[in-house]
Amino acid sequence: MSARRPGSSINGKDTGIDPATSTGTAFSGTLAPELDGGSKVELAPEMGPYQIAWRRLRRNRVALGFGLLFILIVVLCLLAPVYASDVAHTTPYANHVTDTVQVGGKTVDVVSLTGLPVGPTWHGRFFLGADANGRDVAVRLLYGGRNSLEIGGVATLITIVLGLLAGIVAGYFRGFADGLISRLLEVIWAYPVIVFGAAVGVIINVGGLDLGFVKLNGGTLLVPAIIIGIVYIPYVARPVRGKVLSVRGLDFVDAARQQGLGHMRIMAGEILPNVTTLAIVMIPLQLAQSILLEAALSFLGAGVQSPNPSWGTMIGDGTRLIPGAIHLTLVPGTMLVLCVLGINIFGDGVRDALDPRAKLRIER
Amino acid sequence: MSESIPAGDASSGGGGGGGPTGGSDRPVLLAVDGLSVSFRTEQGVVHAVEDASFSVGRGEVVAVVGESGSGKSVTGLTLMGLTQSPNATISGSALLSGRELIGASQATLRDVRGAEIAMIFQDPMSSLNPVTRVGEQIVEQIRAHDDVTHQVAMDRAVELMERVGIPRAKDRSRSFPHEFSGGMRQRVMIAMALSCSPTLLIADEPTTALDVTIQAQIMEELGLLRRETGAGILLVTHDLGVVADIADRIIVMYAGQIIEQGTLDELFYDPQHPYTWGLLGSITRVDRLRTARLPAIPGQPPSLLNAPVGCHFRPRCPHAFAACTQPPALEARLAESLQHRDRCFLTPPEKRRLRLVDGLIGLAAGETVTS
Amino acid sequence: MARFVIRRIGSAILVMFATSVLTFLIFQAIPSGDPAFRLAGKYSTPAQVDSIRKEWGFDKPVYVQYVKTMEKIFDGSVISYTQQLNVDQTVIHDLPATLSVTIGGAVIWLLFGVLFGVLSAIRAGRYLDRALTVLAFIGVSMPAFFLGAIALYYLGYKAKLFPLGDYVPLTRDPGAWFSHLLLPWITLAVLYIGIYSRILRSSVLDTLGEDYVRTARAKGISERRVLVRHALRNSMIPLISLWGLDFASLLGGGTILIEEVFNINGVGKYVGDSIGRLDVPPILVVTVFAAFAVVALSAVVDILYAALDPRIRLSS
Repeated sequence: MSARRPGSSINGKDTGIDPATSTGTAFSGTLAPELDGGSKVELAPEMGPYQIAWRRLRRNRVALGFGLLFILIVVLCLLAPVYASDVAHTTPYANHVTDTVQVGGKTVDVVSLTGLPVGPTWHGRFFLGADANGRDVAVRLLYGGRNSLEIGGVATLITIVLGLLAGIVAGYFRGFADGLISRLLEVIWAYPVIVFGAAVGVIINVGGLDLGFVKLNGGTLLVPAIIIGIVYIPYVARPVRGKVLSVRGLDFVDAARQQGLGHMRIMAGEILPNVTTLAIVMIPLQLAQSILLEAALSFLGAGVQSPNPSWGTMIGDGTRLIPGAIHLTLVPGTMLVLCVLGINIFGDGVRDALDPRAKLRIER
Repeated sequence: MSESIPAGDASSGGGGGGGPTGGSDRPVLLAVDGLSVSFRTEQGVVHAVEDASFSVGRGEVVAVVGESGSGKSVTGLTLMGLTQSPNATISGSALLSGRELIGASQATLRDVRGAEIAMIFQDPMSSLNPVTRVGEQIVEQIRAHDDVTHQVAMDRAVELMERVGIPRAKDRSRSFPHEFSGGMRQRVMIAMALSCSPTLLIADEPTTALDVTIQAQIMEELGLLRRETGAGILLVTHDLGVVADIADRIIVMYAGQIIEQGTLDELFYDPQHPYTWGLLGSITRVDRLRTARLPAIPGQPPSLLNAPVGCHFRPRCPHAFAACTQPPALEARLAESLQHRDRCFLTPPEKRRLRLVDGLIGLAAGETVTS
Repeated sequence: MARFVIRRIGSAILVMFATSVLTFLIFQAIPSGDPAFRLAGKYSTPAQVDSIRKEWGFDKPVYVQYVKTMEKIFDGSVISYTQQLNVDQTVIHDLPATLSVTIGGAVIWLLFGVLFGVLSAIRAGRYLDRALTVLAFIGVSMPAFFLGAIALYYLGYKAKLFPLGDYVPLTRDPGAWFSHLLLPWITLAVLYIGIYSRILRSSVLDTLGEDYVRTARAKGISERRVLVRHALRNSMIPLISLWGLDFASLLGGGTILIEEVFNINGVGKYVGDSIGRLDVPPILVVTVFAAFAVVALSAVVDILYAALDPRIRLSS
């Protein structure tokens, strides 16, 4: 007699296998602190946690597919100059207001006398249409994508590195350092990201920034990248700090301390590997968030500055020409959504693969 | 040894030879036959329980003893229908007063749960809902089975709390779980378990999370309960020492299998399986020299994903020999006691010789096969 | 409990003070051109800049500048020099619109977030769960200003199902208020429904693995009661506190994108338009107020949280 009743017990956790069979302590400590009794089945002993994660990710075709979509978008954007010179025969800044273009055998003004730009021609020139200044939307889309991705990438790098640093130092030293860092994070946390980003963006864009050792001009891409990077630090630092607090009391940290290792060695050698999983999971999440925030700030005019394109500025310019030229909104918007969706779903796959609690899933 | 255990368990002889094995002369309450539970996981199939057969009589305390991962908890949970999940495969039979539990509908199981079978869990902190007052948690169970008003149920809950020795029960029923000590929380769990006068009580490691003195109190409470209500108790534990005062019969589980079962006296004074010797050897005993180190069974319990071929205990057994690569059956190997069964190929005289370590029962620290 | 409340309020006041200092540093003190000129705006005359410098105390030491700035923000004497309008009065005037957008959106997203999250959790791994997962991912990947713009174009302009933006005060015409806000509410809610349903899904799944849920099942109560009384109730507590924080951050100007797209004259649009005009004083004032709103409301949320969860009450 077999009793299989789907639904009575929802996830794999409550199968009731004794917790002690989990080999939490056996695998190098990286995932161990996260196990908290949730994992209940022994892993094949010869595989490290990252190998297992990789094996699991490889099987997740949906996640891989969307990861591929993101990579495709990145490659396309990197090829922007090639596309501009060899296919579209223009540059992202060149305006063709007075030019004409062939659409379906007819000759049409790139920008009509009433100021409406031409829609997608589906040919080399103005493949995705033109904007109000007679610039090639496809070319600007790819160049804008480069800017968006660049800002997103740099911002994510800043967030992850500084977030890890702040979280580890606060969690490791506790006491005064923790108090100071946590208060500071709480202050940044208090601002709605978009308001904070917009405020700083405007101030720097108006006057530039001169801190003596660094000098930023208003228009550079670094301004939004740094702002976005800083705004999101608490979102990384807080969970990292929590994790470090739970790890620092464990035996292997004590052992390292008793061996007389210095604080730097312990933080880099013992603590950091234990928050790596957390950091890896956060990279795609932050990248997606950063790209979205960049788009929002640029949409408002507090991010990438005209005439430099980015997906956000393109949407911002485009919405002003609704309803006449919806393609100016639709094209960069769709690209933005596809890109972020690709990162998000791939990132979710990575998190699933690294999540030790997901271990008892049905083999299929 | 406690005098409260009625004598004569070992001599029942003739009863129940064919069906569920290891019965006593008490009327059978629960009869488990060929119960197997396995879970499909990403790493492969975990055989948590393999072909377990045993019974619990009315008013009888049966202890299921084994290390973590031996399948003892899964056995208890399966009887309650709490291991069902899309990736679980459950087979075999478990008759409670003649009613089949394995494969029964959710509706049937809900009627049984809490009313006929009640369960006490290991960690009373995590087993009680942290944001609900304990009185309400008991009331919830009462009202799930009896059509009474909230007030009546609450009165009964307070009464039950008093009965299991919670002082100022009326006030305390309005407290939250975290406001109780571990022992008091476990008393709340017991009160809850008793609320619908179950015929069978499954206690899953009821004292593991508690202090030694509290442990004794809780065990005493369970013993009292058995005498007062006549409920059968299935006591799941990893500690043979805990059951010495209360159990009538003992089932020893290892790697998902029952490897030995018999009466308390048989298991304590004439254990047949080397694993049982090891368990007995690792109990703290007053008659053991203080200075002697408490021996532990060498090695690790096997992975349930791929248990060793043949006898599952073979890799850790110092007495293993060629025959052990074949799976041993659970059968009576002693002519004088048909209820005493084990899974070891050694002959009884060999067992009686090999199990003595420094004059006491224990597992010799011999050569062990590493697998 | 009383001690907890006092401590929480105390720390909130401290953080408010810190945000005011940080805002001041960003706006007035970082070496980024002349602050008086920044406040004055692009079309100012040297005389205007001079008078602003005196009025805001930029010729005085930094701490005097800080005190002056805060004084001006809180006594309501900040002027948008580009528009010659009082900033605090404009913010107060615009607040009802922002409040309307936020409250409606928050109700919608909590409702649907919980619904989808629970459905996803109890059907975990099956088609409904997968479909809801896909929707949630699209939701969190969709910038509100893009979604709003195309919704307005297709549903408003083409299909004529919704009015084309603008805000009608509740007091003037409740029906029009509702119909004008419906699309902004949905647009705003999409992102949060995605986030909340995912959070609740995993939180319910975690809770269902808790020992006390096993105890609840062992009591023989119905699966629905297990889900609602035990799993959901415990999973909802953190979600409600998150809801409070998100609400606060939207109220503090987070609706900026929605208001821009739907042309709703709220605080967010005021900030957005000021960014476009490079008109700094309104941005300064709203930034301070936004941070204060978030800090104050998160203190309220924490206190409510403590009231809801007896464990926190005790440990404080």
